[in-house]
Amino acid sequence: MNPAYQPYHPKWHRKRMPIFWWLGKPAYTKFITRELTSLAVGYAVVLLLAEICALARGEAAHARFLRLLAAPPVLAFHLLVCAALLFHSVTWLNLAPKALVLRLGGRRLPDWIVVSGHYLLWLVASGAVVWFLRGGS
Amino acid sequence: MPETTATISLEVLRYRPEEAAEPVWQSYEVPLRRDWMVLDGLNHIKDSLDGSLSYRWACRMGVCGSCGMMVNGKPTLTCATYLAGLGPGPIRVEPLSGFPVIRDLVVDLRDFIDKLKSVKPWLLRGDEKPLADGEYLQTPDELAEYKPYSMCINCMLCYSACPIYALEPEFVGPAAIALAQRYNLDSRDDGAAERLDILSRHDGIWACTFVGECSAVCPKGVDPAAAIQRYKVGATAAWWRSVLMPWGTR
Amino acid sequence: MRRSREPFFWALFSSGGMLAALVLPATALYLWVARPLGWVQAPTDAELVARLAPLLVRLVLFFVIALGLFHWAHRFRYTLYDGLQLSHLYGLIAIVCYGGATLLTVFAAWTLWRFP
Repeated sequence: MNPAYQPYHPKWHRKRMPIFWWLGKPAYTKFITRELTSLAVGYAVVLLLAEICALARGEAAHARFLRLLAAPPVLAFHLLVCAALLFHSVTWLNLAPKALVLRLGGRRLPDWIVVSGHYLLWLVASGAVVWFLRGGS
Repeated sequence: MPETTATISLEVLRYRPEEAAEPVWQSYEVPLRRDWMVLDGLNHIKDSLDGSLSYRWACRMGVCGSCGMMVNGKPTLTCATYLAGLGPGPIRVEPLSGFPVIRDLVVDLRDFIDKLKSVKPWLLRGDEKPLADGEYLQTPDELAEYKPYSMCINCMLCYSACPIYALEPEFVGPAAIALAQRYNLDSRDDGAAERLDILSRHDGIWACTFVGECSAVCPKGVDPAAAIQRYKVGATAAWWRSVLMPWGTR
Repeated sequence: MRRSREPFFWALFSSGGMLAALVLPATALYLWVARPLGWVQAPTDAELVARLAPLLVRLVLFFVIALGLFHWAHRFRYTLYDGLQLSHLYGLIAIVCYGGATLLTVFAAWTLWRFP
């Protein structure tokens, strides 16, 4: 018998969420990994800003920056950052049709068309970035 | 020759507050019949093994939404899950996670019911046509706009799968938002602005981070995750309109 | 009932996420992997400065940086609330995330405006 039992106010059982709930199911772990790619996005734009600052400070500063980029541990870390950015892109573009409902002539466009359109846009944007960075002509 | 029936072990998480302060596991052997669902196993326990087991069920064909429970850690309708398909066992049956447990496999649903009522899941119209004018007509395309969201059977598997619902008490939740969208997207409804006030309050829908598990476990293909993301886009557009063009009618 | 300010931050988050998804992978692979490894010819300092001279380029860069920062701020804020259950630090986390993003955005605007 439970000595704490009160017949007219029985205690309902509430389970507390464990702090590492996101390790409990593969779907949750994939979700948290996806969310953590925001750190890669933040880091990437800050690194862009840092290079612009180095350029503004002169040749010596920029040369130091480039030497830092080439250091093996930094390079390895940036490979991870690239992987995270790719994961962000793929998961973001795959989920685009869920939020974006496009219509053509009254008919709703099927999901695969919306996703393909986004991937095409990604290809074009990436091409534009490389074209710009290479000097563009 | 004696007939040997295959059996499978069902481990049920019992919660009897008058006996113990914490839930305990109890194991039962039920016949493993090819056409039996988990619900049939539970009914067998109640009929022949242990009449004290408490749980909810009704239609036993996947349309009422009563029999949702955690089966091997996954929120499922017990009337739609074959015993034989779950492997050699033992099969763990627990009450739907995310809700307070009243007893055994019975959970308290009041939070969901309150949230559902708060989004006004009925047709809201500024004016009503007189009966003599006939029905409100709707084309098949207009019906297709909201039909998936109307398939919700309020089984709450989506709430159980949603980690945000367990973490944020104010989150309205997948089914309630999907049902709000069912009416917002209905061509006969005028209540989108009224529902926006309720849903766009802090944490109403904004707590959702698109985990997507709600749509993964929905037995009716409602896709509440998509409903919520679409709602976020619509609510954001409405917010920007109200900021940039405050003189416009809502 | 007063409407939440969340739509404002969600708009920044979603546009930032889309922009980041479209341009950051190519940028990162080119600038921080291919260039240090010598797979592509690194542009000289003078060439880079010349490319960043047009106002349009600096404007686009500003949006990439600013929206990327606010994308991080909004998403990371919710990751802390949910992943580490820090909702009770709601105000502090909001200030750190959005405040940090704002400061860096202002710095980016100032840097790009004065460039070189």
